[in-house]
Amino acid sequence: MVAQEAHGHGAPQGFIRKYIFSLDHKVIGIQYYFLALSAVFVGMLLSVLMRIHMVWPTATIPFFGDIKPETYVMLVTMHGTIMVFFVLTTAPQGGFGNYFLPIQIGAPDMAFPVLNMLSFWTTFVSFMVMLAAFFVTGGAPNHGWTGYAPLSAVPSAAPGEGLGADLWIISIAIFCLASLMGALNFITTILDLRAKGMTLMRMPLTCWSWFITAILGLLAFGVLLSAGILLLLDRNVGTSFFVPGGLSFTGRLAVPPGGLSSSTTLITHNGGSPLLWQHLFWFFGHPEVYIAILPGMGVASQLLSTFARKPIFGYKAMVYAIMGIGVLGFVVWGHHMFMSGMSPYTAFSFSIMTMAIGVPSAIKTFNWLGTLYKSRIRLQTPMLYAIGFVSLFVSGGLSGPFLAQPVLDIPLHDTAFVPAHFHLIMGVAAIFGMFAGTYYWFPKMFGRMMNERLGQIHCILTLIGTYAIFMPMHWLGMAAQPRRYSQFTELQYLQKLLPMNEFITYAAIITVLVQFIFVINFFWSLFKGPKASDNPWEATTLEWTTATPPPHDNFGGKTPVVNHGPYEYSVPGAPKDYVMQTDPVTVAAH
Amino acid sequence: MGLVLLAVIWLITLISTYFFVAKSWFPHGASVAAPWIDHQFTLTLVIMGVVFIAAQMALGWLAWKYRDHPGAKPVEYSHGNVKLEAIWTTLTAILFVGLNLMGSHVWASERFEPAKPDSVKVEATGAQFAWFFRYPGKDGTYAATSAKNISAEEQNPLGMNMDDPDAKDDVVSGVMYLPVNREVDLTLKSQDVIHSLFIPNMRFKQDAVPGLAIHMHFTPVETGDFEVTCAELCGLGHYKMHGMLKVVTQDEFDKWLASKEAEKQ
Amino acid sequence: MATLSPSVTIHDPLTGRGGRGGDPPTIHGGGNNNGGSGSPDFFRRLRRARVGFFILAVWVSMLFISFTSAYVVRKDLPSLNQITNQLGKDWIPVDLPVAMLLVNTALLLGSSVTMELARRKVAQQMALAPVGAIPGIAIGREKTNLWLGVTAALGAIFIVGQWLVWQELKNRGFYVASNPSSSFLYVLTATHAIHLMGGIVALIYAVSASLLRKSIESRRIVIEIASWYWHFMAALWIYVFALLAFVR
Repeated sequence: MVAQEAHGHGAPQGFIRKYIFSLDHKVIGIQYYFLALSAVFVGMLLSVLMRIHMVWPTATIPFFGDIKPETYVMLVTMHGTIMVFFVLTTAPQGGFGNYFLPIQIGAPDMAFPVLNMLSFWTTFVSFMVMLAAFFVTGGAPNHGWTGYAPLSAVPSAAPGEGLGADLWIISIAIFCLASLMGALNFITTILDLRAKGMTLMRMPLTCWSWFITAILGLLAFGVLLSAGILLLLDRNVGTSFFVPGGLSFTGRLAVPPGGLSSSTTLITHNGGSPLLWQHLFWFFGHPEVYIAILPGMGVASQLLSTFARKPIFGYKAMVYAIMGIGVLGFVVWGHHMFMSGMSPYTAFSFSIMTMAIGVPSAIKTFNWLGTLYKSRIRLQTPMLYAIGFVSLFVSGGLSGPFLAQPVLDIPLHDTAFVPAHFHLIMGVAAIFGMFAGTYYWFPKMFGRMMNERLGQIHCILTLIGTYAIFMPMHWLGMAAQPRRYSQFTELQYLQKLLPMNEFITYAAIITVLVQFIFVINFFWSLFKGPKASDNPWEATTLEWTTATPPPHDNFGGKTPVVNHGPYEYSVPGAPKDYVMQTDPVTVAAH
Repeated sequence: MGLVLLAVIWLITLISTYFFVAKSWFPHGASVAAPWIDHQFTLTLVIMGVVFIAAQMALGWLAWKYRDHPGAKPVEYSHGNVKLEAIWTTLTAILFVGLNLMGSHVWASERFEPAKPDSVKVEATGAQFAWFFRYPGKDGTYAATSAKNISAEEQNPLGMNMDDPDAKDDVVSGVMYLPVNREVDLTLKSQDVIHSLFIPNMRFKQDAVPGLAIHMHFTPVETGDFEVTCAELCGLGHYKMHGMLKVVTQDEFDKWLASKEAEKQ
Repeated sequence: MATLSPSVTIHDPLTGRGGRGGDPPTIHGGGNNNGGSGSPDFFRRLRRARVGFFILAVWVSMLFISFTSAYVVRKDLPSLNQITNQLGKDWIPVDLPVAMLLVNTALLLGSSVTMELARRKVAQQMALAPVGAIPGIAIGREKTNLWLGVTAALGAIFIVGQWLVWQELKNRGFYVASNPSSSFLYVLTATHAIHLMGGIVALIYAVSASLLRKSIESRRIVIEIASWYWHFMAALWIYVFALLAFVR
């Protein structure tokens, strides 16, 4: 069968080949999704412990005991690292992207199925190494997910900066390799495996977002790996990439490990630049945050159009906006470093580029609103999350122009204003993108519908809860409350802010508990949800043309031929209010 | 559901807006730069606030008005409107870039020029977990320091080379004293990891990077006590790395400095 | 509800390149041991492998671009001398054992030549395969594995040569942590060597592909990719060497 030949492998037999080391992108997508689901609960637990300690520093927590200040900073570090890498870089791209990219472009699988399987298991190993850091002597590192040197480069700088920090670096290095494998697959698949008629400009916006995200990952993760290698050397071999000379930690000189010996000709670290770490890290770090949000934007576009029964407003502009965000994302990294001692002239040019990147984001927001205008919205659960996404993206995005201006960054940098900004975008909007994708694609993946009522309740409560957590952080930042402080007992001017901090903590605990509604809905529906038809949302893209769940080669031996764009809803003169991409050409549409 | 969504989004928008504008959150400004920075912030807040309210209200309204219900109008099929796109893209670009350029003159005056020649010289050194402030004395030069000389017992937290003639008139203090209405030429250093000197009332922040000696300046315009904190994660004691800035009259400053120098003899 | 409308029958696997037309019609049913030298399945697979290789090359390049930018920045970075309180440069150019490095370079370039020979041999073998299928005609023993083996051996000797260079550097007083210049040298050469070892693994896999009697087309794809990767490693080495030699 010729189509099977192109696919390269038949349906697997046996539990191990089918579910553990599967080469099927659909299974791998689900594996990534469950990895991210586990990671998000670890991350949320860490954040609840953080919030409790911030407002009740002397509290003893059941099962955990007392949280010491160094434990707090460790929680901050691991919360950020786990959430950014194992949730936000995994689920949207590795989870939904892996599952649905090949289907949405009409391919039987990813370009390199073996590599795909390896990419998941490498990510899994990376996660295990990261978790191992909690259990070694000294515990997990204290240096923040940003890992600024010399705090991260000198083992005696803080407890947890010993083996824990080495494991952290190694875990991230392994993750870089996994992301390379993923990028290889995504880019090759999009360039080479599109079905006939599926031109680039007929791809759903989800595919575009996965495409650009993969290119960002391709260009950014190599830089992170290089920084990690140099940091590992500084920590263990005595090099001085990031560590300057003459440092003193509580009176002890920063002597490289192994001490002085006859085979080394230099006594101490000398001449390294902490700013070099920041440049390398943020050159990766800024594209990374776009990697975290672009897939969510793709899902939002997809769902807004589908449930509004109207084509996406300005498809081409949306595509160019995604590309624009991707390109500009590489020239703005300095806006994380305005206070770092960097040249103020360089800061100025970075700030102009940063304001520029607000423009494509604004275009996308206008277009989402334009899609809703004069539409006919089916307010089913996936759509609720998509609308929530837009609201959160607006809120989180608009605090960006404050931080983008260096002069305003002076009072706001490293205050609570910064976590307010990035949590609304990454910590909530991107997560809403994942919720939206889950409710939308659950029927296709598992053949059952999730419960609408529970979905509505979860969406509204989470929307209110996350706003209650992160909106007040803006005001705390304006009041000059610094971030990454384990408690506020030492500074007089912070005392009046304690009630608001307590409010945030209560909101956080309640919102985390609300997430169990989602978990219950997910797992209950998995087994007991009403059976889903092949196209319950009456959507147009290719995944809805095939069986539920899709067969091993996605299209049951047939290869789709695409005749229409992805958002042909309510086409005048068409028999139904949606035209599927594979419908015959005779149906009037673009 | 549409009504619920509209209500939730509108309420969140209105409550947030209220809290942004009803209370003045910024600490009291006491430096030359503070009014300028606060003004730029307010300008940004107003513009972003208008956009925020407009976008959220529009979103809530659209979600409700165009909900599918019996009697809803048919969809107006359209792939977009290029002219509209061009207009709002251009306006956004002008708005964002313009806003940035407006604030840039404050940044330029803060950072593009060095301190005035007659400014007060102070060196601020961060160490885990305290700030040390050093005054160079009449000769205007700081004594050399070395990590090897650091000793708490010998009251030499900065590791000054005591044989250096410049060391005789250097004054080290845990509290920063400054005379009012005079620019201060601050040199920022660090002994171990990156710290950041943050004086909220002065709208002053600058990272102290080990291996570098970073110059920054500001001018206090009010006397009083102002808290000083650390604004870059520096280890387990980051939350308690604080200090105090006391801005006093020139006379009081001279008296204080003289008394500290006398203590050294 | 329209899924795939049955009146549209599809014959060819029209994956790849989207709407810009399909591939040339098949000669046989697709790739197998005696498939035609121009079977579309082969070219499609080769093109896909090529795209994948290009992406890999970009990734590896980003790694070295990052190291290079750190290198260039660090070279001219003044550092604060704690004793004199002055800013000054602390970069001491490494005393490179140029002769040894040139020998290693020659080995690596030689291995590129042998790699090319292997690649051409297998291409030739694939072209001749239909001829060889005619009874009574012999096309001679395939020498691909020989050249692959020589290439891998030369690569291994190169790595041993690099290790000898490191020993010589130690004799001259340049250890990993001696000076930023030597630190970067070790990082750059070690990263290149590790990637080259990956290339040797690919060559071993290519040899095993023939021992496991995979199809000639599969083997040709493996060897094509391995050869591009190998040449990329050689070019990368020239770059690293030039950086160390001229940007001092």
